[in-house]
Amino acid sequence: MVEHGDIRVVHRGGSKIDFRQPVITNDSRFLLCASGECVKVFSTSTEECIHDLQGHTDLVTGVLLRPSNHLQVYSCSIDGTVRLWDFTDGILIKTYVIGCPVYSIYASANHEGVIFIVVPMLGDKRSELFQLVAVHLPQSGDQLVESRELSAVLSNVSSNPADIAFGRGGEYIASAKGLQLKVFFFKKQKSYEFSLKEDNKKGGLNTFTCVACHPKDDCIATGHGDGKIRLWRNFNHKKEYTYSTLHWHHNAVSSLCFTPEGTNLLSGGVESVLVQWRYNQESQRDFLPRLGAAITHIAVSPDGALFCTSHNDNKITIIQSCVKVSAVIQGLVKGESVQTDLIVDPRSKALVLNGKPGHLQFYSLQRDKLLYNLDIVQQEYIHELGLEQFEVVKAAFDASGTWLATVEERKQKSAELEGNLKLWAFDEQTQSFVLNTTISAPHEARITAMCFRQATDSQTTMLVSTSKDGHFKAWQLATPAHTEDEGPSWSCDFVGTYHGLVPECCCFSADSSLLAVSFQEVVTVWSPTSWELLTTLSQPPGAIRDLCFGRLSCSKYLLGTTAKNLLCCWNLLTCSLEWSTSMDISLLLADPLSENMAAFCCQAGCTDLFVFKPSEPRPLFSHKAVCSGTVTRAVFAPREKMLDSCEENSQWLNRSQLHFLTQYMDLMTFTTKAEDDRLMASSKQLVIDDSVAMTPFYLLLGKHRHQQQENQDPMSSLSAERTPLPQSSVAIKELLQTPAHVLPSTSFLCSMFVQSLLISVTDLSGCRENNKKAEEEMESEKEEEDSEEEMESSIVRSEQAAVSVQSAECAAPALTKAQVRELRRLKKLDHSWLAGLLDS
Amino acid sequence: MCMQRLMEFREVIPGRDGRAVEALCWVGQRLFSAGLNGEITEYDLENLKPQYVIEAYGGPIWTISCNNQGTHLAVGCEDGTVKLFEILKEKIQFQRNLDRQKSRIISLSWHPSGARIAAGMMDMIRIFDTETGRATHRLLVERGVGASKSREVVVWSIAFLSNNTIVSGDSAGKVQIWDGLMGTLVRTHLVTKWDVLALAVSQDESSLIAGTSEGTIVQFQFLSSTMDRQDRDHEWVRTRTFKNHSHDVKALALTDTAVVSGGMDTQLVVHPLLDKVEKNTQEAAQRKIAFPHRSLVGCAKKAGLLLFQFPDHLELWRLGESDGNGKPGDSLTVKRKPEKLLQLKRKGEDHICCSALSPCGGWLVYSTVSSVRLYKLQHNNNISVNKVSKLPKELRSVHQLCFSADSSKLFASSSQSSVVVVALNQLECKYLQTLRHKSDSRQPIHLLSPSDDGKWLAAANTDCQIHVYNLHKMKLHCSVPVYSSCPTAVAIHPTTNNLISVHADQQIFEFSLQQKEYTEWSRKLQKQGLHGLWLKRDTPVTSVGFNPKNPTHIILNDTFMFCIIDQSLPLPESSTILYNQMTLRSLPAPERTRQSHAFKICKNFQHVLSMSLLDDLSLVVVERPLLDVMAQLPPPVRQKKFAT
Repeated sequence: MVEHGDIRVVHRGGSKIDFRQPVITNDSRFLLCASGECVKVFSTSTEECIHDLQGHTDLVTGVLLRPSNHLQVYSCSIDGTVRLWDFTDGILIKTYVIGCPVYSIYASANHEGVIFIVVPMLGDKRSELFQLVAVHLPQSGDQLVESRELSAVLSNVSSNPADIAFGRGGEYIASAKGLQLKVFFFKKQKSYEFSLKEDNKKGGLNTFTCVACHPKDDCIATGHGDGKIRLWRNFNHKKEYTYSTLHWHHNAVSSLCFTPEGTNLLSGGVESVLVQWRYNQESQRDFLPRLGAAITHIAVSPDGALFCTSHNDNKITIIQSCVKVSAVIQGLVKGESVQTDLIVDPRSKALVLNGKPGHLQFYSLQRDKLLYNLDIVQQEYIHELGLEQFEVVKAAFDASGTWLATVEERKQKSAELEGNLKLWAFDEQTQSFVLNTTISAPHEARITAMCFRQATDSQTTMLVSTSKDGHFKAWQLATPAHTEDEGPSWSCDFVGTYHGLVPECCCFSADSSLLAVSFQEVVTVWSPTSWELLTTLSQPPGAIRDLCFGRLSCSKYLLGTTAKNLLCCWNLLTCSLEWSTSMDISLLLADPLSENMAAFCCQAGCTDLFVFKPSEPRPLFSHKAVCSGTVTRAVFAPREKMLDSCEENSQWLNRSQLHFLTQYMDLMTFTTKAEDDRLMASSKQLVIDDSVAMTPFYLLLGKHRHQQQENQDPMSSLSAERTPLPQSSVAIKELLQTPAHVLPSTSFLCSMFVQSLLISVTDLSGCRENNKKAEEEMESEKEEEDSEEEMESSIVRSEQAAVSVQSAECAAPALTKAQVRELRRLKKLDHSWLAGLLDS
Repeated sequence: MCMQRLMEFREVIPGRDGRAVEALCWVGQRLFSAGLNGEITEYDLENLKPQYVIEAYGGPIWTISCNNQGTHLAVGCEDGTVKLFEILKEKIQFQRNLDRQKSRIISLSWHPSGARIAAGMMDMIRIFDTETGRATHRLLVERGVGASKSREVVVWSIAFLSNNTIVSGDSAGKVQIWDGLMGTLVRTHLVTKWDVLALAVSQDESSLIAGTSEGTIVQFQFLSSTMDRQDRDHEWVRTRTFKNHSHDVKALALTDTAVVSGGMDTQLVVHPLLDKVEKNTQEAAQRKIAFPHRSLVGCAKKAGLLLFQFPDHLELWRLGESDGNGKPGDSLTVKRKPEKLLQLKRKGEDHICCSALSPCGGWLVYSTVSSVRLYKLQHNNNISVNKVSKLPKELRSVHQLCFSADSSKLFASSSQSSVVVVALNQLECKYLQTLRHKSDSRQPIHLLSPSDDGKWLAAANTDCQIHVYNLHKMKLHCSVPVYSSCPTAVAIHPTTNNLISVHADQQIFEFSLQQKEYTEWSRKLQKQGLHGLWLKRDTPVTSVGFNPKNPTHIILNDTFMFCIIDQSLPLPESSTILYNQMTLRSLPAPERTRQSHAFKICKNFQHVLSMSLLDDLSLVVVERPLLDVMAQLPPPVRQKKFAT
């Protein structure tokens, strides 16, 4: 077995950001949300992820601003800790060890030093019952604090954080579970319970789905399974409690939120419409429709200016005063499952998979960002539960990326399967795919596999699809005979069967001269030019699950996995079994750029990875326990730039990178140590200067600076004749030579670029302020600089500028000095990083 | 016009043409009404007829309201005046006009102190000082938005609360809360797109309900917004919505435990407030009263004729016939179709209040408030009707009419709880006797039931008394012990001469006339108690009959079911299934006898007006589908329903 040494599995973005309610900070500038094992801090204005708060070792289940300090945030996790962070700098302040999984966290300003968490009853991890407990956070200087003193508040609560809410001033806490609402008053230490009937007459579901409390009045709003919202009042009486009912949603209300002053109530559900109810004038309501996907959480900023909604397509929308969507933070769209395989678009190198319902999403792996969604179904998606709608189930690209084939299906109960095969051509002008041919009902039953012939000449593109109806069909692009205005379209070329068996998978050989189709236990090999059955291969027992031709030097091999835990390798020249081994392989796939093949095999609830060459008996690389659960989707994404690692076990990552989806739909990948180091270096600079708020003072200052710059303009143009062009400056060099995907955002680079031009002025003012010291500093730095001439030239420029600007006023010297230093530091860092890059 | 107390239907005061009632008002135990004919009527509740009528001289009257002290009555008239009447012992007397306004007065409400009165008008509300008669405030009501902007808004209903809050409901769909001292608007609740037609306030003024033309009732409660500061910060918060009507809700009352509403869809609904009543009691069940709980259908058992009573005419029908052979579940072919024999229009303006058909089919009688008319029917090839011209003068104002089983006597319940007995022969009728009981009840008799052998007559009055008279001796035989609930049906068993009485609270009693005591079966029934589901039914039993072939069978019916009580079978335990006829049918015979109990209930029929067993052992059921009644109503306001 080969040690995997410095190769590790890393989380490659696309993690879930709609798991828990996001939090907007007091100044409305940052948005914090739980995402996998970390808390992400986003900027509300730029949508960029500023940093991750990393430290938890399991799923983060809640984020909460600390009531006594609005610059700190609590996070809780299944790993049994509550952590306190400074989110502006991304520093972990304290870790409170609770000792059992924490499912949600609540706090109120009235309860100083106490947090309320939901933990399993009796500390049993597998328990289905949960309780709400109060935790006194000990005052201690240590970073790691044990706080296992839990005092129970309410038992048998829901683990869903939306089902518990603090009331006005933290005087009571409301918790809903099933058909029961409990209100616990802290002063009286008394709880009241209110139950609803299981079902009302019209068959609606009365179960509670979420709870929110009015911040000023004693009023509890609850959402219900049938879309009703109830406003409870007088709930400190057993009998004389009362509620009013609001009903707009037609499906379950998933989230409720009062605005900070309590003037409005926000609600959302599967309709993907944000509804704003006026408190006490509930007949007046505002809607923000077409938010794209079902709303799962709603949060409001403490000043009430920003709303944000999480959606179940892994998106957070930031909304300004309920009228305008100001920003959208979109992660990798995840539906219920990825029905299409993971595919890499050969043109854009983007990862392609199911996106929004009825769409394919193109996701940039490098930037961890959604590029665009391609509408495949081209039908309005109806936001309602329980409707059977068209879904994209298969997609395939041809080798050059000019053709895309998609299959969409709708399975209705008691009705026949409806399906379409669509072929899309890439349009160079619009740079997008255009629908070329729609084949309705291409097969009589479900399509099981589909692949393009990897033809070298683009004239004879061919698509093969196999179906449960026992046929496989070859589709070919044919020019129409008589109609001239229409371009070429696709039509069926050949229908093949084999003894009435059901074909499961199909695969073209690397040179496209052979087509292998598996019929249950039998692999048939066909010639796609003459459609004659060349040979059959079989290794019973067990139906074939996956088929793969070897590439490059191993193209004479055909590999297959069977349902009976067998991996077989046939030699096509001898038509005999070369070797076989017994392992339960859930997924087999070939790297298109090398001979390597990857096999994910499931053992004891964990998935192991083996990378091997069909011609060699020994695996190149193996990794035990890549993740828990089975891996069913993976892809080799070609690298933009080849790595030149010579180490044996990381060579297979040189040309392409292996990405895979875990059972929790997390996108993971493998990285080498060299890559890690490089990324670490670059990420250090990615701290975005987002600290200047848009205050009137800033505007004034900005205007002032602008004027100053204009004043300098004639002068700088003069000096430009004498000084070397900015191309020679280090910053510019870096900017132009670094690959685009590792560069920070353009807005940041722009300011750096401008600053590099302004360096003389700032230098000058700094010099003038405290001459000696600054010069000393500069001297010391100069020694370290690689390009001394560059530095000198800038000083020359600064002196020239000093002469001209002396008459003019100079602004904010201290600040500019700090900026100089900052830039220096950056430059130094930039340089070493650049060197590393060049080396690689 | 219906009166209603504790969900027991009592009596009907018959109406009259051109006298539609626009408003009703109770003053203590006296009932006043006013209508668009401009008259105020007080009713004689003993004899169920108008006592006197006073012309208000202000054009049509829209509203009538009495102050809390019970001293004055205010009416709002079309000509814009509010007229105050002083209530005297025997009558009312006009006292004064308040300041005359330009538009009609639609609604009125007295302040509980009686010093001020609020009047809802077109586009505004006026507050009057009753001492001076001056208008002190003028509250302008905003019109609706959009197309209804040009239409003036009608303040349909108004309520003046003791803390000087005025609540108004108007045609723009708003319920508005006003400060009656300052004359300012406090809060507007937009309740509906259509009209808010009625308001009612609870006795303690902590809750109020508003009825709309959508058929919904919206409840508002006077709640404090926060729990610690109990006294301040109370406001009217919209809480519950009830939807029990398909059409306009025009009349509302809010009792301590229930919302009582009535409207255009002809139903009276009692909706309990679940926070005020104990769960799983009779009070906690919602009741819909769609039909009068008294028979409007007469049946001649021997002749096979049916008499239908309408307010302004009577219809006589002959029943159809079939060959009469078939299995259970078959519908038989009709040999002869039912035939309408006669339509008899009433004379005069007063509505028909009761009618009867003799068992032989030879006599027909009906009564209005003022007169009784008796007809002799002769069946030859075609029917001929002869009015009996000379009636005894004792038959003048009757509440209930009934023939004896041999059609030789006519019984009529008359004033002061007496029964007039008239003998009928070929072409004349003779007054025989007036039967009186000894108690001092003066309530009218609403149920009369003679025995088949002609010896007994049972009479029940609305004071819950049942008296049995011996017709041979023409005197009172005995009185049944008074039960707290009013009887809804009484009958005397033809063979055992036991009196069966069924009461509004669904209790059943059997009283032996010989022993003058409750029978053994009745005692057993009381001891064991009736089944919970039987008690939960919300429609009263309207008739009791007997099976001549099997003396142990008692046949009962209400609006939604008919039931045969087999006295020979064991009574159902509380745990047994009451409605078990369907399950019994599937069981084998020995098992069936073990499972069966005394109450055999059939729910095949809906909205039953009458049910009677003919002499040839066929059962006549008259259904009046509610949909037919609905079809005659004007269409309700159109509403967009979700997903239609």
